[in-house]
Amino acid sequence: MPLLHLLQQEYGHINEESVNWVAEKLDIEPINVLELVTFYPGFRQTAPGKYHIRVCRTLSCAMAGCYETMEKFCEVAGIDRSNVSHHNPIAVSEDGKFSIEFAECLASCGTGPVCLIGDEFHESVKADNVAEIIGKYD
Amino acid sequence: MEAPKYIKGKEPHKSEYRMIFRNVDRRGWDASIKSYIADGGYRDLKKALKMKPQEVTDEVKTSGLRGRGGAGFPTGVKWGFIPPNNKKPVYLICNADESEPGTFKDRYIVHQDPHQLIEGMLISCYAVGAKVAYIYIREEFPEGAKILEGAIEEARKKNLLGKKILGGKFNCEIYVHRGAGAYICGEETGLIESLEGKRPYPRIKPPYFPAALGLYMCPTIVNNVESLCHVKHIIAMGGREYAKIGTPRNTGTRILCVSGDVIRPGYFEVEVGKITMGELINDVCGGLRKGRKLKGVIPGGSSAKVLRAGEKYTIGTGESERTIGINEIPMDFDTLAACGSMAGSGGVIVMDDSRDMTWILNNINTFYAHESCGQCTPCREGSLWMKKITDRMVSGAGVPSDLKTLTSVGDNIAGRTICAFGEACAWPTQSFVAKFPEDFKKHTSRRNAGKELNPESKAAAAGLKR
Amino acid sequence: MNLLMSPANKQTEDLVNVQVDGHWIQVKRGTRMIEACKQASAEVPHYCYHPKLSSPGNCRMCLVEMGMPPRPAPGQEAELDNDGHAKISWMPRPVIACANTVTEGMGIRTQSTLAKECREGVMEFLLINHPLDCPICDQAGECTLQEYSVEHGKGESRFLENKVKKPKNVDIGPRIRLDDERCVLCSRCVRFTQEIVDDDVLGFVDRGSHNVLTIHPDKPLANNYSLNTVDICPVGALTSNDFRFKMRVWFMRETKSICNGCARGCNILISSRENKIYRQTPRENNEVNSSWMCDSGRLNYHLLESDARLTDPMMKKGKSHETVDWPQAIRSTAEGLLKYKGDEVAIIASARMTNEELYLVRVLADTLETKNVDTLKCHGEGDDYLNHKDRRPNTNGAKAILKLRSPGSRVNSIKKGIESGSIKALFVYGENIESKGFDDRVLSKLKFLVSSHILANPTAKLSDIVLPGASYAEKRGSMINATGRLQLLNKAIEPPGNSRDDWEILQDLNRAMDGKDFIYELADLFSEMASIVPVLKGLTLSGIGEKGASVIETGETIPLLEREAQRVNQGLIVG
Repeated sequence: MPLLHLLQQEYGHINEESVNWVAEKLDIEPINVLELVTFYPGFRQTAPGKYHIRVCRTLSCAMAGCYETMEKFCEVAGIDRSNVSHHNPIAVSEDGKFSIEFAECLASCGTGPVCLIGDEFHESVKADNVAEIIGKYD
Repeated sequence: MEAPKYIKGKEPHKSEYRMIFRNVDRRGWDASIKSYIADGGYRDLKKALKMKPQEVTDEVKTSGLRGRGGAGFPTGVKWGFIPPNNKKPVYLICNADESEPGTFKDRYIVHQDPHQLIEGMLISCYAVGAKVAYIYIREEFPEGAKILEGAIEEARKKNLLGKKILGGKFNCEIYVHRGAGAYICGEETGLIESLEGKRPYPRIKPPYFPAALGLYMCPTIVNNVESLCHVKHIIAMGGREYAKIGTPRNTGTRILCVSGDVIRPGYFEVEVGKITMGELINDVCGGLRKGRKLKGVIPGGSSAKVLRAGEKYTIGTGESERTIGINEIPMDFDTLAACGSMAGSGGVIVMDDSRDMTWILNNINTFYAHESCGQCTPCREGSLWMKKITDRMVSGAGVPSDLKTLTSVGDNIAGRTICAFGEACAWPTQSFVAKFPEDFKKHTSRRNAGKELNPESKAAAAGLKR
Repeated sequence: MNLLMSPANKQTEDLVNVQVDGHWIQVKRGTRMIEACKQASAEVPHYCYHPKLSSPGNCRMCLVEMGMPPRPAPGQEAELDNDGHAKISWMPRPVIACANTVTEGMGIRTQSTLAKECREGVMEFLLINHPLDCPICDQAGECTLQEYSVEHGKGESRFLENKVKKPKNVDIGPRIRLDDERCVLCSRCVRFTQEIVDDDVLGFVDRGSHNVLTIHPDKPLANNYSLNTVDICPVGALTSNDFRFKMRVWFMRETKSICNGCARGCNILISSRENKIYRQTPRENNEVNSSWMCDSGRLNYHLLESDARLTDPMMKKGKSHETVDWPQAIRSTAEGLLKYKGDEVAIIASARMTNEELYLVRVLADTLETKNVDTLKCHGEGDDYLNHKDRRPNTNGAKAILKLRSPGSRVNSIKKGIESGSIKALFVYGENIESKGFDDRVLSKLKFLVSSHILANPTAKLSDIVLPGASYAEKRGSMINATGRLQLLNKAIEPPGNSRDDWEILQDLNRAMDGKDFIYELADLFSEMASIVPVLKGLTLSGIGEKGASVIETGETIPLLEREAQRVNQGLIVG
């Protein structure tokens, strides 16, 4: 896993070449690497945007209005989520600047709705705050 | 050690007993070792190293500390499960995967007071004979991982970690291992499998009890972040003194995380059992939103069975038997269990009468269906089935048999799986349907067919169209 | 009273007392619960458990009710029931039977309400996302999902949702087809490739209900034991390309026989219908091949359907061959061979022949008074699992019966004899000797060449008389494998056209040459043979049994079985 994290940090996602590279380096089968990469949502197999947004959708954040937050994010960043499905959870904006997906409980339920943009954590992200937050990323 | 002062607006509530969270939101505090040592840190490690390892374990046993991760298993007893004549290396793993919905306490320890955790881990390693320890931290705490790694290096420079700690014979290495977004890595054997580089499929117990056959099939102790921090304080004051805090068999303090429909959600460290549900919700958290009444509470993370406002619970036996209402439940392990739920991870989710329980359950079911590892039949198939049923109900296509089906599916999962995830995904369904039938019936009535009764239902309905 | 001294069967060092469905039995210490139930004739349904593989306990189908006698309080004695055993306290939570071992005093209930509910629950869960493929699925008729559904299922569905969609008809290897929707994720195939054949190419990807068995696209499931995964797959997820859509299993007849691909002699089942073989599957024999066989052996029955199959006796007239009838062929063969004396005749038989046939060859050689008898030595590449480097199944039989110390060592001298003219007649049985240098130039020096084959080949082309024989699937007889085990072949189908069973052909020849009586029962022929072949002394054909019998100490070990024994010792598998 640490190798996969490093590769994702470097390239933004895990591609086929990375899978084969890890398998060779660790002297394991490529299928063993694929097993991990596809299990964890934290390993992305498709390239995200420049800034990747993860909005928590679990109970407390949902109660605090995360669905509205998500809609607002999509509106402000210009992302179309209509093709999102289980096998395709990430939606990327037209200009490639932002990508977005739902995430499960991010362990900050008292300050919901919360989201991660890249490695930066944002709390109390109501629909009204979204534009301001997006503005910080260029 | 001076009494800490806190950041304005984040002062602890007067009913709190800040021991683990002493340094969280503290004014003039930072996560550096300088701060920590200036405040008296690592003194207890020195104290522990002068004791025999078994003595440390005995103190923890005497203290009555129960795991703070969710199961509430006595920590000292768990440590004692390592086979007596063991020749294999022993590992200690800190479970920093905090993923139980409703829980947000380990985050602050990791980000704001990492050295407390490291000191607690070092003492615990010494007690169980571990020379290598891992902190399995969830991927969504990227800052936390950096902070911990930095803290480990700070400790190493001061000879508090690594070889010949403080000039003695005790060696201990701590490694930080990042997860990648799987709730099942919070399950101890799932965590171990993940650490070994495999898919985090929990192991069957028997025979794979971690204390006997854990990481690399060696004895392994997996403890929650908070539990390991408590170890430090137990050594500081002694097990017997620690046991005086809290209530008998439910000793010490614990951090409760309240979220949902309260005015002031947040984290509160209280003596176990010394605060009731009503005090927590109304006094500490400022009560419910204006004009709202309490409808239900999930007391220990979303895996815990829900409690309905207005229910009466008969607890105690014989002469001490009494009946209490939801507001009178003391927040401890035993009483909550006796009331048909559990203290779990301390994540309290409060729901008022504006909430439709079908939608709430649907949100929870979606979580579990997404997080199921898929190894064993009941949970793999059943968790997604329950989600699909509530999806349908919430988007206006429910049928009357859905209630019976939901309960029956939950019954077929709980107790039949490899790990406790089966109970975790079944209990919400079983308890919500049993306790709030009228909400569910609303979604199966012909009158409401085709109607999405909540705005949040849109997401569920969209999922169905695939 | 100490529990150990109870009137019930004393717990000895090796055995423990276990109650299964109300009856007390004794089983060896360390027995898995599921095996203990089997010994008590209480079959516990299961998917992921396999005695030769590790037990992950993930299907949850083997959940049973378990109980233990409670530890008596200090100073108190255990409460006993009528049988003198400690009363059992039943646990509310069911346990899996496949990975847990029994302990003294344990009780198991496989038919209680709880156990039945568990099974019904698991069956329902397995079926909710399972596709309705039975009408087109090859597994139908031998599918545990079907069987358990009837025995333990609900009988009706209350699943109103959409089923999970997964890839179907996936090509994961040259001989295997995968259907992920049928897969119940028991992981038997993954464990087999990892633990038995060291070819870790299968794995699960994605998570939860979307778990899918797959391969990495660059590394397909192509090893020589891949089709065993089709055998152990409890449902129709992994199917054999060779057998796909060919035949329904309940129409086929199963014949117990032995694979002839190499000297291992893997025990097999030949499945046929109306004289056509549709597939071969391994039979369990823990002295030979465990539960497995290699793909090349499994599929070698296709040879029998070749267009080159000989179906009539033929005699050379001028440059080409003419079909003749058997009496003529036998007569001419006998006449032709009898013209030459002793060492002017040579016989090259085959280690593909059964013991009985080799014995008849020996009789023939004695009649012709020739010492120029040999079989071909055919070695290839063995492997570290089951494949033996000796590509002939009955070399040990040839050694014992034709009294050959080193089969194949005389072939060169026979060739030289033909070239020099000292050998004038050659009888070849069942081998294309061109591969050993017997080409047109050599064989044309012979005055008389007669051979028997099942397929047309250069040796047959050069023969004066060609006798079409029967393949391994078309005859009954015994063979001795590389580890000295005497095993039985059985007849699955009839030889095609006018080709005949070889033991009949050879008996006819013997009768034509020496007036020997025809023995009508193979068993009698075996007994005659056994009386003069030392390693077979005292044995009878019927006494060989389905799993064979060891008759020669060869000192050879079987790598796969050795590793299996190791795993049994470590408690990883049952064996």
